[in-house]
Amino acid sequence: MEKIFTRTPTLTSSETHFCPGCTHGIAHRILAEAIDELGIADRTIGIPGVGCCVFLYYYIAIDTLEAPHGRAPACATGMKRAQPDKIIFNYQGDGDMAAIGTSEIIHAANRGENITVIFINNSVYGMTGGQMAPTTLLGQQTTTSPYGRNFQTEGYPIKMAEMLATLEGVAYSARVSLHKPKNVMQAKKAIIKAFEMQINQMGFSMVEILSTCNTNWRVSPIEALDVIENEMIPYFPLGVFKERTGKDFL
Amino acid sequence: MTEKKLTKGNIALAEGAIQAGCRFYFGYPITPQNDIPEYLAKNLPRVGGTFIPAESEIASINMVLGVGASGERAMTSSSGPGISLMQEGLSYMAGSEIPGLVVNIMRCGPGLGGISPTQGDYTQAVHGGGHGDYRNIVLAPASVQEMFDLTIRGFELADKYRMVSVILADAMVGQFQEPCRLTPDHPVTMPEKPWALKGRAGRKPQLLKSLYLGPGEQEAHNQDLQKKYREVERNEIMCEESLLNDADLMIVAFGTPSRIAKTAIRMAREKGMKVGLLRPITLYPFPSQQLHEHSERIRKILVVEMNTGQMLYDVKISAHKDADISFYGRPGGGVPFPNEVLDEIVKAMEK
Ligand SMILES: Cc1ncc(C[n+]2csc(CCOP(=O)(O)OP(=O)(O)O)c2C)c(N)n1
Ligand code: SF4
Ligand SMILES: [Mg+2]
Repeated sequence: MEKIFTRTPTLTSSETHFCPGCTHGIAHRILAEAIDELGIADRTIGIPGVGCCVFLYYYIAIDTLEAPHGRAPACATGMKRAQPDKIIFNYQGDGDMAAIGTSEIIHAANRGENITVIFINNSVYGMTGGQMAPTTLLGQQTTTSPYGRNFQTEGYPIKMAEMLATLEGVAYSARVSLHKPKNVMQAKKAIIKAFEMQINQMGFSMVEILSTCNTNWRVSPIEALDVIENEMIPYFPLGVFKERTGKDFL
Repeated sequence: MTEKKLTKGNIALAEGAIQAGCRFYFGYPITPQNDIPEYLAKNLPRVGGTFIPAESEIASINMVLGVGASGERAMTSSSGPGISLMQEGLSYMAGSEIPGLVVNIMRCGPGLGGISPTQGDYTQAVHGGGHGDYRNIVLAPASVQEMFDLTIRGFELADKYRMVSVILADAMVGQFQEPCRLTPDHPVTMPEKPWALKGRAGRKPQLLKSLYLGPGEQEAHNQDLQKKYREVERNEIMCEESLLNDADLMIVAFGTPSRIAKTAIRMAREKGMKVGLLRPITLYPFPSQQLHEHSERIRKILVVEMNTGQMLYDVKISAHKDADISFYGRPGGGVPFPNEVLDEIVKAMEK
């Protein structure tokens, strides 16, 4: 019988620690596939943030640096400046990037650091038990917004992909989702595009991925996919917000 | 040749970094150390180096972490408030065993404090600062020449032990000018760093991390770190022992107060009082054994610091149990005059 699908070599065979149904695992797979399709695994160094993604090194067989919570863009800056020929990426959650690490991400992007950031927006702090994050939707109940997020007291969900797209240093900023096979394929294309930006020295590239946290959302894995479609996407629209075409540095 | 040039402390330090092969500087402005980044912004590009005016000290230390993980030499410099912001990064670097150099040209605190010279950050630098059971190598220059030499030494020690080296200097040492030899007194070398992250080509994937969650793993990791720290304590202590052979009183002081103490000691000796000086150059590892041995004979000790008694604790636990320890300190930017120290010498001798 012909084998039509196999695990991409850079994805390890380790069983993941993710909750069943969590799309962090899908994000890891398409990231590893993107790395293999581009043939860059030998020269790629990953920097996961602190969150459910922290064990990235068990699942993707490349060199990996553990960064302090939110600081991965600064660590990546140092690493890329020291090794400009390497492909450096961050993999950050929304607590990591859109809360504690906003300063580092904005300035790395604004400097046009030639790095790639995979940003997992699951609208909560997953690892610590589902507390409210800056990305939490209005009305969404979490352990620290038990009455639902209220814009009058907690403000509005932050739109990182749109915000970063306003910065001149950014070469590529897109938002994708993992709730349907078609979207998963588009997400992988976006990751490849982001890496190509780095390979071509175009500047900072970022892919925001809408991802599930069914455990903390307290829904089934399948219901969680509907939450993305019906609740997240209406507020966090999918699309490419910036795509540099030439080396049009201002 | 050993030609000397009139040089400011901070500049000697910055030039020392370049001569040590450091090609990466990241920092955020703060007085009284701005001449370090300004010098490096100008001179690093000339040797193919990288200077980034970072958005914060948090970013600076994490950029140092990123370069250190790549196996290259990197540094940052700051003062009080900025060093406080770096403590998380320092703890991660210790946990992941990533080398780097951090310069603290101390300003007085707490809070925004003031910009005059002080030694108020001894405890933060030597006994902690960040979370967890870890150590940084701490070097305390007392002259412009030492600003140059100890910076080079700091990079070498950091790489040798995969630790962070801290240059802990007061604003006086940073700002005054002295003749200085601006070439290393030995060939600067960099060890092989097979642990560095350079991509997996030709080998298995590697990892630098401080997270150990398995049963007993974190404890074992801590024990390994402690083993390394004991080795540092055995091998790397540096101190100056001056006029101690016949002394009845030993002053213990580092940085600027050690210079003031030397003047006071000269004045005391002119009056017939036999006083000597023990000057720790490495604050961690602290010269405990040297201090203990001297205190077996010299029972009177006077600790002089520009703070309210921080190194004093290390002196107390190092000295002979019968030692008679006095303290004179001026916090908050106060710099002791030699005659003040002389008065304290007299008091301690008469006790
Ligand atoms: C300075 C600091 N504060 C708090 C924490 C605790 N912490 C660990 S993970 C995390 C939240 C992670 O959430 P997110 O980045 O959204 O990732 P997710 O788990 O949702 O993928 C927090 C707050 C920490 N490690 N460091
Ligand atoms: S806590 Fe949420 S984000 Fe983390 S693994 Fe479980 S489902 Fe995924
Ligand atoms: Mg999250």
